[in-house]
Amino acid sequence: MALAKIPSVTGRAVNVPGNDIDTDRIIPARFMKCVTFDGLGEFLFHDVRKNDDGSDKPHPLNEPRFKGATILLSGANFGCGSSREHAPQAIQKYGFRAIIAENFAEIFFGNCTTLGIPCATAARSDIARVAAAVEANPATEVVLDVAAQEVRFGGQRIVVEVRATARDALVHGRWDAIGELLDGLPAVQSRARALPYLAA
Amino acid sequence: MTTPKSLFEKVWEAHAVRTLANGQTQLLIGTHLIHEVTSPQAFGMLRDLGLKVAMPHRTFATVDHIVPTDQLVEPYRDPLAQAMMDELRRNCAEFGITFFDRATGKQGIVHIVGPEQGITQPGTTIACGDSHTSTHGAFGAVAFGIGTTQIRDVLATQTMALGRLKVRRINVNGRLRPGVYAKDVILHIIRVLGVNGGTGFAYEYGGEVFDRFSMEERMTVCNMSIEGGARAGYVNPDQTTFAYLKGRPYSPSGAAWEEAVIRWKSFASDPGCHYDDVVTIDAASIAPTVTWGINPGQGISIDERVPDPTQAKAVDERTSIEEALAYMKLRPGTPIKGTRIDVAFLGSCTNGRLSDFQEVARFLKGRRVAPGVKAIAVPGSQIVALQCEKLGLDRIFADAGFEWRAAGCSMCLAMNPDKLVGDQLCASSSNRNFKGRQGSPTGRTVLMSPLMVAAAAVTGAVADAREVFAVNQN
Repeated sequence: MALAKIPSVTGRAVNVPGNDIDTDRIIPARFMKCVTFDGLGEFLFHDVRKNDDGSDKPHPLNEPRFKGATILLSGANFGCGSSREHAPQAIQKYGFRAIIAENFAEIFFGNCTTLGIPCATAARSDIARVAAAVEANPATEVVLDVAAQEVRFGGQRIVVEVRATARDALVHGRWDAIGELLDGLPAVQSRARALPYLAA
Repeated sequence: MTTPKSLFEKVWEAHAVRTLANGQTQLLIGTHLIHEVTSPQAFGMLRDLGLKVAMPHRTFATVDHIVPTDQLVEPYRDPLAQAMMDELRRNCAEFGITFFDRATGKQGIVHIVGPEQGITQPGTTIACGDSHTSTHGAFGAVAFGIGTTQIRDVLATQTMALGRLKVRRINVNGRLRPGVYAKDVILHIIRVLGVNGGTGFAYEYGGEVFDRFSMEERMTVCNMSIEGGARAGYVNPDQTTFAYLKGRPYSPSGAAWEEAVIRWKSFASDPGCHYDDVVTIDAASIAPTVTWGINPGQGISIDERVPDPTQAKAVDERTSIEEALAYMKLRPGTPIKGTRIDVAFLGSCTNGRLSDFQEVARFLKGRRVAPGVKAIAVPGSQIVALQCEKLGLDRIFADAGFEWRAAGCSMCLAMNPDKLVGDQLCASSSNRNFKGRQGSPTGRTVLMSPLMVAAAAVTGAVADAREVFAVNQN
């Protein structure tokens, strides 16, 4: 299974500000009544984007000028709460390819990496600079350089951090670990034999 | 002389298979628990790749999130719920996985079923596609909530790729005051350390309060580790742990029992082991705690007032207080006590065990739910329900005006018919007060201990259970 190498992501960005944006907000639980991940994209941030009657609430993702953005900007502790992979799946299926935030909740971070979605952390003031540039000109091309750990946009540059294990996995195209895990099966079996509770 | 080690280090080392190319560890997962919401896609991926389940005998399934608690007969009214049920049945049958289905009498919330079956054991690694998997740490297991792709990994290889965590020791010493419960301890810890204070850590809970706690109390605390940002939380195994496990269906028996206890004891953290951080809390400083906002760290003691954003120290804090108060429809600086409630929910993987219902029933007997309040009591498993019913607790709840329901996750996350309507406010023994968590996009949640839920139910408002029920001042 050859995986794409993801040394960088280039595209337009949109800022969804706020701290502690939890996975229930990213994809409310009622949309998880499904046996595939298909179609989750349209319900991304549903309850903060839509009124009960289906009309739009004010939300960055509802603004036509940000349509087609592939890089999501946000605040601290993004993706906290439920471990549901439905959240990064919804983000990916909506069209996002990368997230830049102050920091990420642990399980969410791992889920994103496994799907090949780079999660970069940056200082709040730096994210604000990107957000300001995008606000002034939504067509601004934003480059998240995963390998170099920087974001370039409109002639500016900020430093970001992509955790070493995730950076390696993304840059080298081994973000989905299944192949490597399967290769380790003989070692798994011998390790398992040393643990009495695993006896069949 | 060997270097003293923490339980986390010992369990990690016993299960580490090898180091992967990116520096993560391929970690053996001894016990894999699955449920209907996060597993179907994983089985789909497995089929797409033509893979089998590596250790079906170490994989256990139950159904909890979508089951209606007021309908036992299938087909369920919600065809999507029925489809998820059918899919899990099909997957378990095809791959040879033990399924604690409703017909077995052992179904329930996955984090209640594992311990009560004796599947959850000290010194083991556990994974489940549910963030509250940290619950199992109460037994001295290292237990991780995982996403669906990782469920696939564990199904296919019984391992997953993971980076090692740091360990923070949290001591709670002294004595809890009357009317203060395990739930208050964890709400207090999250309030003090923050909702992302635990990022990168496993929490090791200890100290006099944890030494005295029952297994069910330890589970309540470990359950909400994730709400503090910690990937895992655990308590070192001791006699309380072993006494709980003895005689359970999946516990070792005979000579194997003695050997297991010796092995389990060896996993406990050694005196003098290294912790990356240590936090010590005085039990007497913990009050009955309730949330006022939209994350579990936004908590106050029942005697306090909700915060006033104008008093906030930083812009950030001010913004988050304003957002939370606007959503909760609370006025800045008003006492939380007296806030009218519409719904009282007793249950969930946090507080849906026998001792939770026993403690409430002790005080609820002879009292009535306030007019206009919808109150539901939802046992966490069929076994918990049966235990309660044998003790007549169901009648106490029913006589008080609670609806006594069948086992499931129910209104904790409302993937079933139990939902808030409009902007109803719910006094809830569950674990999350996120926007829309209980099924209505504008529904409001106030988290609290089970006895505080009962106090809110009988008074119709957020109340101090110590006053409502004259909890003894011993």
